[in-house]
Amino acid sequence: MKHRKTGARKKAGGGRLRRALPAVLLGLLVLAGWEGAVRLFGIPSFLLPGPVEIAGAFWEARALLLEHSIPTAFEAIVGFLCAAVTGVVSGFLINRSALMERALYPWLVASQAVPIIALAPVLVTWFGYGPVPKVIVVTLFCFFPITVATADGLRSIDPELIRLMRSFGATGWRVFSMVEVPGALPFLFGGFRLAVTYCVIGAVTGEWVGSSEGLGFLINADKSQFEIARLFAEIGILSFMGVGLFLLVAGLQRLVAPWTLRRNG
Amino acid sequence: MAGVRVGRGPVRAEPKLAARGIGVEKGGVRILDGVDLEVAPGEFVALIGPSGAGKSTLLGLLAGLEAPSEGVVEKDGVPLSSPGLVSYMPQSDLLLPWRSVVANVALGLEATGVSKREARERASESLERFGLDGFGGAPPWTLSGGMRSRVALLRTALLDRDVLLLDEPFGALDALTRRDLQGWILGVRDELAATIVLVTHDVDEAILLADRVVVLSERPARVALDLEVDLERPRTMEQETTEGFAALKARLLGALGVLR
Repeated sequence: MKHRKTGARKKAGGGRLRRALPAVLLGLLVLAGWEGAVRLFGIPSFLLPGPVEIAGAFWEARALLLEHSIPTAFEAIVGFLCAAVTGVVSGFLINRSALMERALYPWLVASQAVPIIALAPVLVTWFGYGPVPKVIVVTLFCFFPITVATADGLRSIDPELIRLMRSFGATGWRVFSMVEVPGALPFLFGGFRLAVTYCVIGAVTGEWVGSSEGLGFLINADKSQFEIARLFAEIGILSFMGVGLFLLVAGLQRLVAPWTLRRNG
Repeated sequence: MAGVRVGRGPVRAEPKLAARGIGVEKGGVRILDGVDLEVAPGEFVALIGPSGAGKSTLLGLLAGLEAPSEGVVEKDGVPLSSPGLVSYMPQSDLLLPWRSVVANVALGLEATGVSKREARERASESLERFGLDGFGGAPPWTLSGGMRSRVALLRTALLDRDVLLLDEPFGALDALTRRDLQGWILGVRDELAATIVLVTHDVDEAILLADRVVVLSERPARVALDLEVDLERPRTMEQETTEGFAALKARLLGALGVLR
């Protein structure tokens, strides 16, 4: 059993590398084309800097970029965690009670229709320039897919399975913890993976509106100072941050719920 | 305690399981209509009937999973008000993909509050008896249909309750695997000295395994026929070719409305 497991993992790892290869090659190709075009057509760097110049700007400003990446990452992660808690709780309530579903669901949908960018300045006036309004914006961005995933995941449990547990004489708590929670995990992780891709966008949106630190703040400043190469470096960092958080969630799923990754579960 | 017994003939031993005057209505549809059934301790009763007749509904009532609209279900003369007193095995094996074979076997015990460690220990000790040794750590999706059924059966049998309710447990299996598992059922019965009620749509299976076959009518179901199977035990497949077997089968098929 043990050696089979590691064998499978090794194979999956090799497969993943091979699967990532086309994407990496395509990325390199685009970067090369970009650099070539910038040089060939002599595009001024305040319009479009080439990748080499961006890399240079990144290296030069690395301390500053790191300093401002930390609050952004913090807001994204804390906001995501808040969204995970509120999403799971509201999804659970929706699943448990028809009354709750009828009372909550329309408002949750309505909350998604609100342009959060428009709401952010209000949050800043309420909560100041600190991290709180950003965390709230991230939570607003992220909680809905988690709510839906939790409700759907709990609904996906085979009622026969719950009957079986009751026939054993299991208490409601044991049915919940032994069958419903693990049974809902495939959906739940689907929701987490979707939501985590929003959280960096949410943090930058929050910073954009009013802040004195973070990559969103820096982007604003660099835009008005025509530090276009550094601005591109910041955008690059943000996408890496998003991808990294996504991989973190995917890794967590592999760790705590490996069976959910099987094709025909 | 046993309620009104007037006119039921000589007083026999207390039935292990009894359904008295059971009526069930679901969403305005009458499913069971005055079903009476008594199962003696250690008796093996097979329940057959047209599909949709309410066999599974009746079994759910006997398991205490639902309450009837009318009538009462008793175990050992006491009205059954909650599940957890008898063992129940549903149609599909319902193995949990996040649990290994041994952990799936232990599920029933863990659900009743036995500590995880003890449940797993008892589960792994019992694997061999069911021909599952060496598969304890395997995930369920690597097992064949027959093995999955054995895991499900063992999960139920480990609870060690004196009544075993089986809802078409082998419906989805091929004929040979089925034979194999029918043998396991008889083994479990001897070992636990359990009272068994088996829902099946297979008349041959009913005759081969049961002491008594109860036929339910079309919906709303009543007991159409209650037939003693007077074939000697241990039962063998050869008996299926005897005249006695054929006569029983003809009566059952007649009651089912297949032969007219």
